Amino acid sequence: MARQSALKQSTQKKRAELQQVRGAKDHNPAPELDRLIHERMRLGIVSALAANESLTFNDLKRLMNTTDGNLSVHARKLEDAGYIAVTKSFEDRLPKTEYKLTTAGQRALESYLSHMETLIQQMRNR
Amino acid sequence: MGSIHLVTHQREEPPALHARAMDNLKYIRETMERSTAFTNISGWGQVAIGATALAASFIAAQQKGFKNWLAVWCAEAVVALLIAGWSMDRKARVAKMPLLSGPGRKVAFSLSPPILAGGLLTVVLYRAGLVNAIPGLWLLLYGTGVITGGMFSVSAVPIMGVCFMALGAAAFMAPPGFADWFMAAGFGVLHIVFGVVIARRYGG
Repeated sequence: MARQSALKQSTQKKRAELQQVRGAKDHNPAPELDRLIHERMRLGIVSALAANESLTFNDLKRLMNTTDGNLSVHARKLEDAGYIAVTKSFEDRLPKTEYKLTTAGQRALESYLSHMETLIQQMRNR
Repeated sequence: MGSIHLVTHQREEPPALHARAMDNLKYIRETMERSTAFTNISGWGQVAIGATALAASFIAAQQKGFKNWLAVWCAEAVVALLIAGWSMDRKARVAKMPLLSGPGRKVAFSLSPPILAGGLLTVVLYRAGLVNAIPGLWLLLYGTGVITGGMFSVSAVPIMGVCFMALGAAAFMAPPGFADWFMAAGFGVLHIVFGVVIARRYGG
């Protein structure tokens, strides 16, 4: 747990630094891509969570049409980055995992969206 | 430094990048739509609709003459539409996303053709003097709309549609005196039962 939170902190710190760099060079037409969110499965998870208050592990699995293993690997990466929050509970003795998008995750998606828009805009301006 | 080189390198191939960016945006939008069509059916809204439908079938049963009976159900349809719109809108607002027109439109498009057909056939059956077939017709057509509209939603929704269709078929066979019971069982009880299931499993 300690290692995880340390990792989370360091990722958040890095993100904050990145944000500063982005802010300072706002005119930069092609900022560095957020690799964490760029990957298809993770982009899908973040998008689905942005449109819902929360989704369970099984909802996401069905939605992304993937396996338990694959989903948990990607969800863990997003969790470590602080983009999504996980709550585990029991319902009728069955474990229930619920995911929510954090503010950091929402911001990450927004900056990813604007990044994509910038790329498209550049093409149009040519 | 390596990454900066990479970016400048990528900028030399704008068509591919641009196309990929479009593709990514499309993917995000589609995933959001899919995920909301998944849960934006409001369970509690459905329970409320079921409750008003139970009341409506009670009131309709007291009416003398088909026209009064029809008027009660038309009023109920308007009330149900308002509840559905309000509850879906509320659930969509929670998600704070401006992209929610997609799933709502999907539901509206799949439900409105059978409802329109039901309206027209109601007039036809009324003129032909076959008013006893109208409850069965409504249940059957509403069921088809729910099945097609719920195809992308949680599995409880299409199952509810199948139940509506089965009930409609049964209503055709049953003696006419049972019409109000079938209406109450379909639009009342089925909505409430499945509404509770959806609300408990998918939050609201």
